[in-house]
Amino acid sequence: MATRLPPVDVVLVGFGWTASILGQELTDAGLHVLALERGAFRDTVPDFATTRIQDELRYAVRNELFEEPERETLTFRNSSDQTALPMRHLGSFKPASGAGGAGVHWNGQNWRFLPTDFLQRSHIEQRYGKGFIPADMTIQDWGVTYDDLEPFYDKFEYLCGISGQAGNINGAIQPGGNPFEGPRKRGFPLPPLKRSYGTVLFDKAAKEVGYKPFPCPAANTSKPYRNIYGAQMGQCTFCGYCEWFGCGNYSKSSPQTTVFPVLLRKDNFELRTHADVTRVLRDASGRRATGVLYVDAQGREFEQPADLVILTAFAQHNVHLLLLSGIGKPYDPKTGQGVVGRNYAYQITSSVDVFVNDIVNPFMGAGALGQAIDEFNGDNFDHGPEKFIGGGYVALWTTGGRPILQHHLPKDAPKWGSGWKKAMADNYLRTVSIATHGSVMSYRDAYLDLDPTYRDVYGSPLIRLTFDFHDNEHRMSKFLTDKAALIAKAMKPRAMHVNQREGHYTIVPYQTTHNTGGAIMGTDPRTSVVNRYLQSWDVPNLFVVGSCAFPQNAGYNPTGTVGALTYWAAHAIRTQYLKKPGPLMSA
Amino acid sequence: MMTNRSRTYAAVALALAAGSLCAVAPRLLARESSHAEIERGRYLVAAGDCAACHTDEGGQAFAGGRAIPTPFGTIYSTNITPDPETGLGKWTSDDFYRAMHEGIAPGGRHLYPAFPYPWYTKLTRADDDAIKRYLDTLKPVREDNKPTRLPWPFSVREVMAGWNTLYFKEGTFRSNPQKSAEWNLGAYLVEGLGHCGACHTPKNFAGAPKRDQAFQGGYGENWYATSLGGDLRDGLGSWSMQDIVQYLKTGANARAAAFGPMAEVVHDSTQHLDDKDLHAMAVYLKDLPPHESPPAKPAMTAGNGSKEDADRLARGRGIYLDDCAACHMENGEGIAGVFPPLKGNAVVQAKDPETVVHVILSGQKTAVTHDNPTGLAMPAFDWKLGNDEIADLATYLRSAWGNTAGAVSRDKVADTRSTVVAARTK
Repeated sequence: MATRLPPVDVVLVGFGWTASILGQELTDAGLHVLALERGAFRDTVPDFATTRIQDELRYAVRNELFEEPERETLTFRNSSDQTALPMRHLGSFKPASGAGGAGVHWNGQNWRFLPTDFLQRSHIEQRYGKGFIPADMTIQDWGVTYDDLEPFYDKFEYLCGISGQAGNINGAIQPGGNPFEGPRKRGFPLPPLKRSYGTVLFDKAAKEVGYKPFPCPAANTSKPYRNIYGAQMGQCTFCGYCEWFGCGNYSKSSPQTTVFPVLLRKDNFELRTHADVTRVLRDASGRRATGVLYVDAQGREFEQPADLVILTAFAQHNVHLLLLSGIGKPYDPKTGQGVVGRNYAYQITSSVDVFVNDIVNPFMGAGALGQAIDEFNGDNFDHGPEKFIGGGYVALWTTGGRPILQHHLPKDAPKWGSGWKKAMADNYLRTVSIATHGSVMSYRDAYLDLDPTYRDVYGSPLIRLTFDFHDNEHRMSKFLTDKAALIAKAMKPRAMHVNQREGHYTIVPYQTTHNTGGAIMGTDPRTSVVNRYLQSWDVPNLFVVGSCAFPQNAGYNPTGTVGALTYWAAHAIRTQYLKKPGPLMSA
Repeated sequence: MMTNRSRTYAAVALALAAGSLCAVAPRLLARESSHAEIERGRYLVAAGDCAACHTDEGGQAFAGGRAIPTPFGTIYSTNITPDPETGLGKWTSDDFYRAMHEGIAPGGRHLYPAFPYPWYTKLTRADDDAIKRYLDTLKPVREDNKPTRLPWPFSVREVMAGWNTLYFKEGTFRSNPQKSAEWNLGAYLVEGLGHCGACHTPKNFAGAPKRDQAFQGGYGENWYATSLGGDLRDGLGSWSMQDIVQYLKTGANARAAAFGPMAEVVHDSTQHLDDKDLHAMAVYLKDLPPHESPPAKPAMTAGNGSKEDADRLARGRGIYLDDCAACHMENGEGIAGVFPPLKGNAVVQAKDPETVVHVILSGQKTAVTHDNPTGLAMPAFDWKLGNDEIADLATYLRSAWGNTAGAVSRDKVADTRSTVVAARTK
């Protein structure tokens, strides 16, 4: 029997980026906000202390900062005719557990999506005709536009202290920036990071090929920064331990560095860690959330009443909770009816390893220290002749030169012994890798539902992922990889090899933690779980926030858009919902 | 509220400047509303940092119970909420004034000077009354006071009568007519309610402040509080007035960041003070003379020292580059507004290296204030660096970039480690 606790105004499920922002915004609006986090509390010191966090074995290999599959996992299959099996080790993506969520261990590659990305279906239909979109491709418009989100992108960038070079300010193209980006009202809060030599080589080669390279926007501070809430950040030391690590120098934007200092000190905010939410509770009408049910580390069950429930967990965890709580109609791939779990998407990546003659010192890196070209992202180029939809950026990142997982050897290098050692010594300082980061469209047969067989520690069905790459994505990725190879060739390398992504999607090797969809946003309750303000169509005092709202995935890292959507939703709650609680859009 | 407070202070400052005793102040205050007096009491309680000692970690505000370690044994702070049984509920304002002014509680019970009555004695009766009046508005908390844990003879409170005879000078602050009103206001705050000397003045064997060495730096609880005198190297000599105000208001300035016990002082007390009061404190502090400390041992330098010294500094520099330079930078200048410089740093160059060793061992979090909410933290290195390494590192810090202070011995580090690490893991 669950113990019923005193009610709060707002309960947030999970305490990563989205919850931190909502916590800050809604406590500012005077509400009493409680965040429930299944993992432990973590902070810069002592948990990510500099000279201690740079431990690749502990964090990158043994996964200390990530969620533990023995506690929560998913089952996976490529298609509906297969039997899904549970993931017992993390693979293709690495969700976090603990305060700060994946905002602790991300690289800091912080992008805006393109204006046309938000009009994915209508724009493609308008430019290429309805017949251009394959019948099984279930892409749709977001229900918000780039212009709607621009002020909130801006706010997230000034929260984080993004280092970068603007490419388009109010329509005026800026030299050195990304000329394809949507217009921004002002430049980035900080100048771009200092270049690595690898990015200099890329920049030169990309220009030779005829592209317009620019420094990638980075949530690694190029200078000391004080953010919109007064939180202080140091400047990045290029230690090369961002992705899969926390930052010990206060120089990677994370909930810890940007929001916690002010939020955790508020009297009207409360964080409860080791509180694993298992259900969203509703009243008899089913139209009103009454709170959530959670289990603490002692296995005790609690009912936490709240006026407003906001799901702020990782993408598929939000979807899992909706399905377990019976909120919204589950998606049925046979009929195409139902919405919860629909339009799961991922991303498709590839790389070209480039063995150069110069010493590039890869160990002096930062998670978002990179140079990119955006000619082939979104609809920045004519897809007509290519006959596929989507795109991505091509970039050279110098994220670091960690000894275990971040080295590249020519294909013919020996696999062990003195030959391997020699190859390593010859190549470690003289290798770069060009990455492509491609979009994945949504399809009728890519979705999330409840697994019929495997159950979690509480006896509830695990979430099941059914996903594979489609021909459209393979062709798009091949196209991008060819462009990357062109740039690689222009670098006049000793050797290079192309790592094309081929065949079925496999969930085992790490690719990217950019899972999207399953609780998508839109303007029609028949094809979306939440409205354009991320409010549940079925339960108006429930909001579902995160990349689960993306109707399909774009060719950029998602965090910037997640941040913008979060501020967008927070603004709608503050300015509309609180004044008149109820549906913000009519169905 | 600000206006009331400012007006009252102006009155005090004027009275002080006129060279009179502050007996005039109560009369002026009597015209103030009780609300104004309570508000002033609240301000004074912040200025006196009462909460720091009288609130236990995780305990109710002002209900006491916090352990105050002293060289003589542990004392527990008392409940100063208006609970009639366990707090000050039955105390009259005369009782309160006597405690603040003479260190004697109702019934003639002597208080231990861990309660800073040797400083609070300087307060005016009006200010004491305002403080009592504010404390009376707190929610009464029933919390029995814990018995002190002092060995005989200190356990006998009457011993304090003798201590008082020898070391305690009762008396309300007397203004110095030679000095400005602002200077006198600063002196009243620093010497009285601020009780800065409780840490920053060295103590004798009996735990009494050495008045002839006021504010020249003091030792306590594994911290060495730096000199507040005009010393360029290890005092406030090179700080501007604005540096001092900014430090007390925000917890950091371009020269230093508050950590350890001073972080608590800034968080609980000085950040809440008016700029006018902080400026007055700065005026007074900047007027303190440099002390003639025994000249620091010549700095070790690789150029003029022995081979042994040169090796030691090279080892220290190696450790510095590996473990410290990412934040404090290779040139020791830190990162303005974020990580404090070690070059020219008074704590690093203090006569006693206790604090710098303590910080390296345990790490520290800088003061959390309204203006600097992050509380930037340095991690501990006790798990990583041995006593020899920390001694080499600290010696390097005290010799590099023009810093001048004596070498640090391995034994000193071992000694500090034994108490600091024990306290941290307790």
